[in-house]
Amino acid sequence: MRIPCPHCGERGHEEFAYYGAADPRRPDADAPLEAWHDYVYLRDNPAGPHRELWQHVHGCRRWLEVTRDTRSHAIAAARDVAARGTA
Amino acid sequence: MSPFLGGFTAPLSQPCRLRTGGLVDRGAPLAFSFDGRSYAGYAGDSLAAALLANGVRLVGRSFKYHRPRGLLAAGSEEPNALVELRDGARREPNTPATIVELYGGLQASSQNRFPSLSFDVMAAGNVLSPLLSAGFYYKTFMWPAAFWEKVYEPLIRRAAGLGRASGLDDPDHYERAHLFCDVLVIGGGAAGLAAALAAGRRGARVVLCDEDWRLGGRLLAEAARVDGLPGPDWAAAAAAELAALPEVRVLRRTAVFGVYDCGTYGALERVADHRPEPGPHEPRQRYWRIVARRAVLAAGATERPLVFAGNDRPGVMLAGAVRAYLNRFAVAPWRRAVVATSGDEGWRTVADCARAGIPVAAVVDRRRDVPVPLARLAAQTGARLFAGGQIAAARGAAVLGAVRVIDAAGAPHLVRADLLAMAGGWNPALALTTHLGGKPQWDGAASAFIPSDLPPGMAVAGAARAHYALPAALADGANAGAEAAAACGFDGAAPPMPQAEPGDGAASPLWACPKARGKAFVDFQNDVTTSDIAVAHREGFRSIEHLKRYTTLGMATDQGRTANVNGIAVMAALTGQGVERTGTTRLRPPYVPVAIGALAGHHRGRDYRPTRLTPAHDWAIEQGAVFNEAGAWLRASHFARPSDADWLQAASREALAVRQAVGVCDVSTLGKIELVGPDAGGFLDRLYINTFSTLPVGRARYGVMLREDGLVFDDGTVARLEADRFVITTTTANAGPVLSHMEFCHQVLWPELDVHFVSVSDRWAQFSVAGPRAREVLQATLEAGADLSNQAFPFMAVGTFPVLGGVAARLFRISFSGELAYEIAVPADHGDAAIRVIMRAGAPFGILPYGLEALSILRIEKGHPAGGELNGQTTARDLGLERMMSRRKDFIGRVLAQRPALLAADRPMLVGFRPVDAARRLRSGAHFLPLGAAATVANDQGWMSSVAYSPILRHWIGLGFLAGGTARIGERVRAADPLRGEDIEVEVMAACQYDPEGARLRV
Repeated sequence: MRIPCPHCGERGHEEFAYYGAADPRRPDADAPLEAWHDYVYLRDNPAGPHRELWQHVHGCRRWLEVTRDTRSHAIAAARDVAARGTA
Repeated sequence: MSPFLGGFTAPLSQPCRLRTGGLVDRGAPLAFSFDGRSYAGYAGDSLAAALLANGVRLVGRSFKYHRPRGLLAAGSEEPNALVELRDGARREPNTPATIVELYGGLQASSQNRFPSLSFDVMAAGNVLSPLLSAGFYYKTFMWPAAFWEKVYEPLIRRAAGLGRASGLDDPDHYERAHLFCDVLVIGGGAAGLAAALAAGRRGARVVLCDEDWRLGGRLLAEAARVDGLPGPDWAAAAAAELAALPEVRVLRRTAVFGVYDCGTYGALERVADHRPEPGPHEPRQRYWRIVARRAVLAAGATERPLVFAGNDRPGVMLAGAVRAYLNRFAVAPWRRAVVATSGDEGWRTVADCARAGIPVAAVVDRRRDVPVPLARLAAQTGARLFAGGQIAAARGAAVLGAVRVIDAAGAPHLVRADLLAMAGGWNPALALTTHLGGKPQWDGAASAFIPSDLPPGMAVAGAARAHYALPAALADGANAGAEAAAACGFDGAAPPMPQAEPGDGAASPLWACPKARGKAFVDFQNDVTTSDIAVAHREGFRSIEHLKRYTTLGMATDQGRTANVNGIAVMAALTGQGVERTGTTRLRPPYVPVAIGALAGHHRGRDYRPTRLTPAHDWAIEQGAVFNEAGAWLRASHFARPSDADWLQAASREALAVRQAVGVCDVSTLGKIELVGPDAGGFLDRLYINTFSTLPVGRARYGVMLREDGLVFDDGTVARLEADRFVITTTTANAGPVLSHMEFCHQVLWPELDVHFVSVSDRWAQFSVAGPRAREVLQATLEAGADLSNQAFPFMAVGTFPVLGGVAARLFRISFSGELAYEIAVPADHGDAAIRVIMRAGAPFGILPYGLEALSILRIEKGHPAGGELNGQTTARDLGLERMMSRRKDFIGRVLAQRPALLAADRPMLVGFRPVDAARRLRSGAHFLPLGAAATVANDQGWMSSVAYSPILRHWIGLGFLAGGTARIGERVRAADPLRGEDIEVEVMAACQYDPEGARLRV
């Protein structure tokens, strides 16, 4: 698998570290325990496009949001997490 | 034996070599041996061809039944002629003789025969045959169960098997390498060469891989012409042009074995397999990882054998292979041929045999209406034509003696022959189109599975998509190469298309075999017969995937290249489903066998992974250090002296030196991360359970990090060097993960924080100087004038001092041992000098270097958690650090650390232990049980996580997690260790068993 790093160009996946789903956002400090439980433990397991976080550990060390089709490993998009804002 | 035969006058005879023709160098005879006998061949021969040139036709015994086997094929699809090559440590089993490039001095031997190839006791009456039918793994030898290991398995292994591994270390080395290109062309036959030329002439970066040592593919085996040239000459001209194109790279002897995501291909280059041994610094094989924007698969096709009784008899061969031996290698060990064909294809073999002077006794054409020109050819060559006939059986002893033919009217005929050339049609070599999940489709018109659902970026050209005729293959290749180049931005004028005489493109219908007595083989290498498939059908294993596993069809080293389609057709006939609905099994990489050594490359033995050495490593060796691996690091476990009976005595001596005088320990392996920026303190507050924004400049503080699930992640110290500059330490093991975690927190969670940080782990050499005399040692180490008094530089102070004549050293007054202690950090380049200065400064005080074992003793005496306690399952509360957790700020893990189960009163928490009988030894891993209770899981109250012999307390001590924790100090429990058969009484203590007030720290 090859990931197009927005800073370094297309690189082999062995340069990257996988983290997991990109969509769960850290709850507010005063959110209920259930929200925290969901954030830490609950993940979808889609067969198809999946937004996920990878870190380019052997490159620029930036965290990237990669949209990958879990069935084919086809990568539709890869952007720096900074590009998606904090919302 | 001399590897080269220069100087011999009477050449070793090659009785079956044609006088002229072929692509062999008659001026370069090469001596080789097979099963201990010497022979000669020529440069350009394969081992298979050289054996045939010498009339050697029996080359192996079959896997299960030990039947005599000869060559079936001329290429890499060969299922029978597997040989062992070389001897000693370089002995390598299971290489098809057809892909072995002959070299002088080659040693080869046949496999799977006992005691010899010509007489094999296992074959006598096929003694085991009734026991080895389909599914025998599951049915026979199952009872009595105890017999399997001792009797049946060794018996079967002796009887059925392939070659022997050398059992010795491989003396050669292997290499991994990467290639990037616009267009990868797989296969160097007519289509592949046309594709590479079309793409290369337009300027695209082209990589052409071909498994053969000579480019040309079937052009080398056929009597065909391209652009007015004989096929091999055109191929040579194409190869020369490709070699001259600057952006084209040709990899011969290179098989592409796998297709992976995003245009990544795996290929194996047999760099030195065609020499006795690799040259100096030359790898034996090279594993290429090729990344290509486009690929053209021009892998050709594999001819189908016919399925009839005795079709494995030596002398029964593929018709195309016969042409390859005649035309490419100029060998003809046959006296009388029969050609069986299901279309026009076999007639080429008739013509080539006639040209080589081999009488063709009969042509058996499946078709009732044989085209007139072909019937005329039969008449010209004197061959008897059986139109509409078929082969019923092959008869003979070691080699073929006669062929039993059934004519169109159903009458049997026995035709004497020692060669039966069979042309059952071709199977496109489409394995590489299926590695990403593509399912081949049955093309009824072509009578073949053809590729569909191609991997992204791949096109298929020529025989690999059932375009067998030479003009079609050339046109296909040229178009695919041009299109691939254009897709990469290399447009250009249409290239001149190579021209070839129109050949027959007639598709061959699939052969249906008549029923006959005797074994009719489908998979030659795994000895799977039509009756095995019938058994599988009868017993319900009809799905093609079940058939494969039940009969082992297609599971040998050749992956069923000659077997799979025939097996599918036989099953389809039994079920009446048709081939189309029967489908194919899923093919997976690798397409050809790949040595593990090639995949590993240089990563083996000492070089399996990098080794990290601290700047003081040489010094440690001089001191007698015995090293432990800590991740990639080598860390001194202890410093052995001749007087030490064992490691424990050495570690005790070192630990006592720290308690009573002074010791020094290399702690350079700790992770070190430096942070700067106005928000650095606030950032650390969110990472750690305790607060650092309030830490004064020039002070350090112990800190604990949690994971977001509330469990402890790592610990270390945080020092504030300046108002907006901190340096933190991590445990050695977590240096990388902590940095990634911090980058996650900063980049993903809180990008608004103005902070920057970087790992400085390798930038600093760091030493812990610990013990009552540590201040004096440091005073003598630093340049004069440093005030290290307790007032000026108290416990947890941090400062910068000159050392080594002006090098700025960072000094931290922190202690893991519980003694007066300092950690001094110097730039890595000065680490070796610094440790020598410290040792000189400490000599008057009896300084000793101490290693990880002494460090462990000291920290267990003080109750500090380390690896055994920070195991990813413990909370800050479990470790007795609950009061460190700030309630006034948010931090990673804060919320989930408060889950009720993590706050349960009976949760095991950290305490210390000592044996009630002070002479007893403690064991980590022991479980705690109430006195008198049975050793059951229900009574389990926790576990011992770390133990040490304390030389200062003179007995074993331990740390562990006990339900109820510190509330039970003073109680006695049992520490049961069923693995070692130990069960002793221990007293629960405070975690810190030495100097609990910390008086020795603050002096």
